[in-house]
Amino acid sequence: MIGADAIVKCLEIEGVKNVYGYPGVAICPFYNSILQSDIRTILVRTEQNAAHMASGEARISGKPGVCAVTSGPGATNVITGIATAFADSIPMIIITGQVNSELLGSDVFQEADITGAVESFVKYSYLVRDAQDLPRIMKEAFYIASTGRKGPVLIDVPIDIQNQPIKTFHYPDEVNLRTYKPTVKGNAAQIKKVIKELDNARKPLICAGGGVFLSDADDELQKFAEEKGIPVVSTMMGIGVLPTAHPLYFGMVGNNGKPYANKAMNDADVILMIGARVADRAVNRPELISNGHKTLIHMDVDPAEIGKNALSTIPLVGDAESILEELTASEIDADYSEWVKELTAARKAFKPARKPSSKYVDPAEFVKKLTTDMIDGSIYVADVGQNQIWSCANIVIGKGRMLTSGGMGTMGYAIPAALGAKIAAPKRQTVAVCGDGGFQMSMCELATFAQHGVQAKIVVLRNGYLGMVREYQHYTYNDDYSMVKLDGDPELSHIAAAYGFDYLLLKNMKDADDVIKKFLNDKKSVLLEVIVDPMDVVKPE
Amino acid sequence: MQKVVLQLLADNNSGVLSRISGLFSRRGYNIESITAGVTADPKYSRITIVTCGDEEIIEQIEKQVAKLEDVRDIKKLPAESSVHRELCLIKVRTAPEDRENMVSLAGIFRGSIIDVAPDSVIIEITGNQSKIDAFIGLLDGHEILELARTGIAGLSRGSENVTYLP
Repeated sequence: MIGADAIVKCLEIEGVKNVYGYPGVAICPFYNSILQSDIRTILVRTEQNAAHMASGEARISGKPGVCAVTSGPGATNVITGIATAFADSIPMIIITGQVNSELLGSDVFQEADITGAVESFVKYSYLVRDAQDLPRIMKEAFYIASTGRKGPVLIDVPIDIQNQPIKTFHYPDEVNLRTYKPTVKGNAAQIKKVIKELDNARKPLICAGGGVFLSDADDELQKFAEEKGIPVVSTMMGIGVLPTAHPLYFGMVGNNGKPYANKAMNDADVILMIGARVADRAVNRPELISNGHKTLIHMDVDPAEIGKNALSTIPLVGDAESILEELTASEIDADYSEWVKELTAARKAFKPARKPSSKYVDPAEFVKKLTTDMIDGSIYVADVGQNQIWSCANIVIGKGRMLTSGGMGTMGYAIPAALGAKIAAPKRQTVAVCGDGGFQMSMCELATFAQHGVQAKIVVLRNGYLGMVREYQHYTYNDDYSMVKLDGDPELSHIAAAYGFDYLLLKNMKDADDVIKKFLNDKKSVLLEVIVDPMDVVKPE
Repeated sequence: MQKVVLQLLADNNSGVLSRISGLFSRRGYNIESITAGVTADPKYSRITIVTCGDEEIIEQIEKQVAKLEDVRDIKKLPAESSVHRELCLIKVRTAPEDRENMVSLAGIFRGSIIDVAPDSVIIEITGNQSKIDAFIGLLDGHEILELARTGIAGLSRGSENVTYLP
């Protein structure tokens, strides 16, 4: 057995089913060893997307996604994918090949200091110096990636270490990390305080973030909210914690959120922030929810998040599911029905200020129709840009999931992430929705769907512009457009045909029902081009 | 393998220390100790690094470090023509009846007692590394509760080797 065999063996023991990647000489021992395994290998078209695919898989399976790439450019290409996963706390293992360890530091062919380069985007990284350490390192890496606040862990393995004979392979049963002991159970005294606050509250509000999904606590959160009658809003990463049509759900908060969701944040007397970072897009002015204006209960598995952006009245460190179970079981006598009535009225009174042009497809209506027609329990992957905001604002979601790059806002995320999600759950309907900018960033991965027989359902909202930046320039520079017009775009019908995809075109709303039906019922991979107004804005003036 | 003390003058920019330590780590050089502090002119920081390696490695280290944008000057500080000093704080468990003994022991090494608690004292001692090592060796038999060493700071002797920066 050599080092590369040991890595594969560790992946098998960890239950890894798929490895996304791209080879090069420095990772060849690994890709040779994996031939002896049942682990499926998925050859991507550029390394960044290997990480996005692993991320899509991880978000659906709940277990770390795995990608493996070569040294130098292979490793540096994957960085954006790692940073994207890090920003959304997605568990991931990245294995990078490295030049011979004797040559490290001498700038030989395809050498890059990848552990140094990803320092600020990984939860932890290893440069393996001795193959005998591999089982321990692999065990630790999976443990670190998938516990506490989840995140990517990178393992850099020089080619000589991959080829080094292993004397005895022993996979440790447990890890022994003296300095890493994540808290799971919430502090009993703090939980008591929370219950007391909720007992005295008149207008409590749950603001749920992506951490709820990472802790697999969405069912528990719904149970808690329903049992105590507490209204819920979410951040972008928290969309889907409750069905969007749930009477207690009041939409996404933030500068692209629903006015009644923001009103709920403003008017609440107790905010229960669960697995959310209080970052600027969700809470533009954190001082308004902290500093004594109201009681802020901040629940997060990462103690460093608490107090980072907003000072909380009651910090509560631990796993959301475990804490929510305790809260659901607690006695809270308060009646919040007046408050829920008030918010329900605000939601009812809300009229979107959109004035869509009738010459094009209205993306807001389109997303509503598409997601209404999707099978309940489906996966919707939103890219980045105006399409993302329209998706978030109009998605109809029940038991399904919406995935998007919330923290980093990485364009091109949707297509590879949808592939990973589809591989994690082949029976679930999976749709990727992107703009024409993001689409062209990962268009090459259509071949990956084709090669590996994975069904793709891709929607391209086409406006011939990088719409989000165009909108920014419209408002900030009075329509002085710079670098936003996408001239020279390919005919998408030709692209679809070139990859053997079916192609559908939607030019106006009256055909929407029919085309969406065809799109969703298509048994093959399919690309749907939707023509939207180039001058449309997500924020009406 | 030889141990070498390197002295750097660098622009006092944020992140300088991280750039230097990053260079050492990615090229696989050792850092035994590194100290940094602002100079008389707050525009610059003086950094003293103790490293080891064979002659070719040391030469590479000097060239690679000199190449960093922030680094204005780098030179070796050989033991015969420079002074090296390190500060060490040692918290030793000391019963009241042993205190006198500890004071005189520190006195031999020109150390001083800078904190006294009912069952412990903190000794401050300054010198080159071998002097500090010798003193720690002398404490064998006493319980060292905590120990903090700063790493070496150094300057060349005399006025010939001074680098003047604008």
